[in-house]
Amino acid sequence: MPRQASQGGVAGPTHPPAPAPTRRRPFQVNYTFNWSVLWSGQSGQWLLSGLLITLQLSALAWILAVVLGILSGALRTVPLVPLRWAATFYVEFFRNVPLLVWMFFWYFGVPPLLPRGVQDWLFDHGVEFWAAIVALGVYHGARMSEVIRSGIGAIPKTQFEASMAMGLTTFQAYRLVILPVALRLIVPPGTSESLNLLKNSSVALTISVAELTFQTRQIETYTAKAIEALTAGTLIYLALCLSIATIMARVERRYAIPGLISRTQAG
Amino acid sequence: MDFSVVASNFQFLVVQGLIGIGPFVGGTLRLAIPAIVLGFVLGIFIGLARLARAPWIRLPATMYVEFFRGVPLVMVIFWIWFIIPQLLRLPIPEYGVALTAFVIFEAAYFGEIVRAGVQSVPRGQVEASTALGMTATRTMVWVVLPQALRNMVPALVTQMIVLFKDTSLASIIGYVDLTKAAQIVNNREIKPFELYLFVAVVYWICTYSMAVMARRFERRTA
Repeated sequence: MPRQASQGGVAGPTHPPAPAPTRRRPFQVNYTFNWSVLWSGQSGQWLLSGLLITLQLSALAWILAVVLGILSGALRTVPLVPLRWAATFYVEFFRNVPLLVWMFFWYFGVPPLLPRGVQDWLFDHGVEFWAAIVALGVYHGARMSEVIRSGIGAIPKTQFEASMAMGLTTFQAYRLVILPVALRLIVPPGTSESLNLLKNSSVALTISVAELTFQTRQIETYTAKAIEALTAGTLIYLALCLSIATIMARVERRYAIPGLISRTQAG
Repeated sequence: MDFSVVASNFQFLVVQGLIGIGPFVGGTLRLAIPAIVLGFVLGIFIGLARLARAPWIRLPATMYVEFFRGVPLVMVIFWIWFIIPQLLRLPIPEYGVALTAFVIFEAAYFGEIVRAGVQSVPRGQVEASTALGMTATRTMVWVVLPQALRNMVPALVTQMIVLFKDTSLASIIGYVDLTKAAQIVNNREIKPFELYLFVAVVYWICTYSMAVMARRFERRTA
């Protein structure tokens, strides 16, 4: 049932905002709410599919980001200079350039340079989705790497020296001693970085991936009910972020290493 | 690969896109600099409000921060884009929409930095100024904030870099910044790889020089 937003509100097309016929009266909201647009028609279906795409995109990009982050974060601390340089270049270049530019770069710039067969496969399987995964994953991998590096940096150097003295190789020392501890140390900053990834997945709408923000815009376009559509999208993002943050706060408490973690307010 | 496309459009990309002088209303710097200044000013108020003893000041500020940190910036831009014309019954230019969205959104993040900075100032400083007979406002302005600011510099610069990068999202609503300028040129030239790589390098030069300057500043004041 349509509700009147304010006294004197007139039902009618509200978007684009119609200029007042006689004189302009700012701050008088002339908008008729109609929340039923969110469950009538296809809106619900659109929102659900948008949510699913957002989750898929974020999950796949997150895996890529964590792999790249661990790899480059660890490489930045090894004694071999060329490896360290390569990792430093990757991190400093990719995290200091806007995600939107990377979206365009991976979507418009890279596919034409690929071999023919790969191109054909990509264009048959939703190239924008894969480009968005690579853009998000590579960008957040660079940011994740900083998180991981600071986690490794927080581990006393003596632990590494002790593992050397025990006869472990460098690789073994990282795999068995440094990384297991570092991974626990980085749960709080890692969580806030993962939430950034989830929120940044909304940038994928610019290369027309049909994720949550894209579907919100679609509802707005079809129903001309901007406030209702945006409210739905915003609430879904909020619910996602808050619930992940709550779960991770519990995980953090569960896996905290007594004495090693100075518990700070998780962001 | 043919980078001559960059040379022939260099003026449009840099003068129009980055600086904002040209036929279009645009410019990354013209958007980023006011957004950083205003966002920080609003952030100071929000950060201090979160530390207020009165719950009716503290709770709204906390909700503000939690809300905007849980929502994507793209969403906030769309909100402002639809809501402000509804409220004011005026068409708002993209510049106003983008600036409002960035200030409101980034103030939440700046607020958290300010809060952490103020909390990092030892409690004895406040007690000493109270003992000297300073009012709470004067203590905050002349004693706590100057010291807090110094502690905040690294986090502040990081956030400024983030904001600078985020201004690229203004191109979604049609503001001609560096990213949009590259899109415009690309529509004509169809050289996406070269153009977007160039834009990435320009962004990188800007953000990296900000980071280097911050490091130098830190070393001098530390």
